[in-house]
Amino acid sequence: MSYSVEIKQLDLAFGAVKVLKNLDLNINEGEFLVLLGSSGCGKSTLLNCIAGLLEVTDGQIHIKGKNVTWEEPSERGIGMVFQSYALYPQMTVKGNLSFGLKNAKLPKDEIEKRVARAADILQIGPLLDRKPGALSGGQRQRVAIGRALVRDVDVFLFDEPLSNLDAKLRVDLRVELKRLHNQLKNTMIYVTHDQVEAMTLADRIAVMKGGAIMQLGSPDEIYNKPRNLYVADFIGSPSMNFLEGHLEGGSFKVDDMVMPMVGYEFAEPQTADRPAMIGIRPEHVVTGELVKNAPLQFTVEVDLVEPMGSDTLVYAKLGQHSFRIRMDGQAIVKAGQAIEIGVDPSRASLFDKKTEDRL
Amino acid sequence: MPDIALAGPSGPKPKKRFSRANIFLYGTLIMVSMYYLLPLYVMVVTSLKGMPEIRMGNVFGPPLEITFEPWVKAWSEACTGVNCDGLSRGFWNSVQILIPSVILSISIASVNGYALSHWKFKGSEVFFTILILGAFIPYQTMIYPIVILLREVGLMGDLGGLVLVHTIFGMPILTLLFRNYFASIPEELFKAARVDGAGFWRIYFQIMLPMALPIFVVAIILQVTGIWNDFLFGVIYTKPATYPMTVQLNNIVNSVQGIKEYNVNMAATLLTGLVPLVIYFASGKLFVRGIAAGAVKG
Repeated sequence: MSYSVEIKQLDLAFGAVKVLKNLDLNINEGEFLVLLGSSGCGKSTLLNCIAGLLEVTDGQIHIKGKNVTWEEPSERGIGMVFQSYALYPQMTVKGNLSFGLKNAKLPKDEIEKRVARAADILQIGPLLDRKPGALSGGQRQRVAIGRALVRDVDVFLFDEPLSNLDAKLRVDLRVELKRLHNQLKNTMIYVTHDQVEAMTLADRIAVMKGGAIMQLGSPDEIYNKPRNLYVADFIGSPSMNFLEGHLEGGSFKVDDMVMPMVGYEFAEPQTADRPAMIGIRPEHVVTGELVKNAPLQFTVEVDLVEPMGSDTLVYAKLGQHSFRIRMDGQAIVKAGQAIEIGVDPSRASLFDKKTEDRL
Repeated sequence: MPDIALAGPSGPKPKKRFSRANIFLYGTLIMVSMYYLLPLYVMVVTSLKGMPEIRMGNVFGPPLEITFEPWVKAWSEACTGVNCDGLSRGFWNSVQILIPSVILSISIASVNGYALSHWKFKGSEVFFTILILGAFIPYQTMIYPIVILLREVGLMGDLGGLVLVHTIFGMPILTLLFRNYFASIPEELFKAARVDGAGFWRIYFQIMLPMALPIFVVAIILQVTGIWNDFLFGVIYTKPATYPMTVQLNNIVNSVQGIKEYNVNMAATLLTGLVPLVIYFASGKLFVRGIAAGAVKG
């Protein structure tokens, strides 16, 4: 399979500050790749490098097999959508869509054709003669996507495109984006700090931290088999429960509790004893009737209850450790109450205490 | 229960017209406006009186007999030295200095500001700092070096020389103004234009310029007022034939020969001040908008 975008040993430094460190990334043809991370992790910087808006310090960028490291943004075969929409305020929607095509000196009828097609796909036909100031947030972002669409490019770059929209619109546009990707089958690189967007849209997610990729994998892998403590903690809301203890002879010991790791897939078959941490997702804890089928069972004391309608978040005490449990919204629990919980070690994650890598 | 009348205060609170705060506020405003408007009033009425009436001494009284004689005289007959063609010569000189100076300085400074805010290069911040420092150096220290410079390039005494001086001296403050304004235009807009294949000049003319109207108005007002009112450079770098209006005015008003014609002097002064005044009135709203926009980000 040929790669759509290849990033080779990319370095980027602003003065003494290294923002991207020896970064390698291959993106497949037609793939939807999400760069996910908290602010300052270098995800937007990486996107700007791919777009050619930032000059790299070292390394190469290839798009469609062509080395574009020194090419101008307009010559790379990319289209970009920005968080603030970045529509040209003095031009009409049509002017915005055709600006790049006019710069490329395309014939008039070709411009008309492409604008009409983009307007059709994004359903912004009636808006073509309006100025961006007269559009709603969702319409503006659609126009911004249209501006990338008319360029007829191989790779779409999205820089947090939904972050400026209100919650409901964000969900709608997210679905539309996914539909658009299914329809166009372009390569899309999407930067976000929102893990829900990442999980729902991505074919693969690259979780970034400190200018490096922590883990690159499908949403399923990232969620179920986080490669290190950072990814485990970053993905999932409410975040994973971590308990510090020891791995001894295939069992995890914390305080006086022993958890035999039955069914857990170790990264290496013979994993030596060592200080370790176990991570258990709040939604992987079972309660009520299901407890008796669970391999591990504990009793916890409920500390605080947060009902959220669809489900209920329970803050409990497991021994001296605080422990979050996600229960059904209909569950009736009260603070101070003791409840039985069940845990399946095969769904948990073990990490080395020192290296913080998955065991 | 919509029918029950509400007891006690309800609805908007009644406002007292003659509250202490209002009296203080409007009192101050009226006093300050008097302070500025009274001299103007005196100038206008004096310029419309004949000399005999002025000699009677009633400075604040309105003219008993309105005459435009002093205005005509100030414009076309008042004498400075051997020339007796009034302010008109100075006016046309000033126009010839003003228009190219304003256009040149603003065109260059706006491109400077645009480049310094969106096309940062190595050392651009240092360059900018040096440019801004230029705004703090007293003009007096540079007068003589510029005399030599203009002499060497053969522009001394020429209107072109004065245009050059005004253009250069306008650069620091105008560049600062434009840089700050362009810096407040989102970077993403600039990036989007680059992805769309626009280069330095296309982004400047098609994206930035249409958004920069308010700041251009501010720059035009600053430059028109500054250059029109300039006396120092005008008196030094020109010769009698090319004196700008302000120098001409000074020569009329300060002439020590003969009797002082107050009405002519007042008319001449009002005539000289007319151009900046017109500019202010024509663009007041845009001016405020531009000043506010330029001040937000540094």
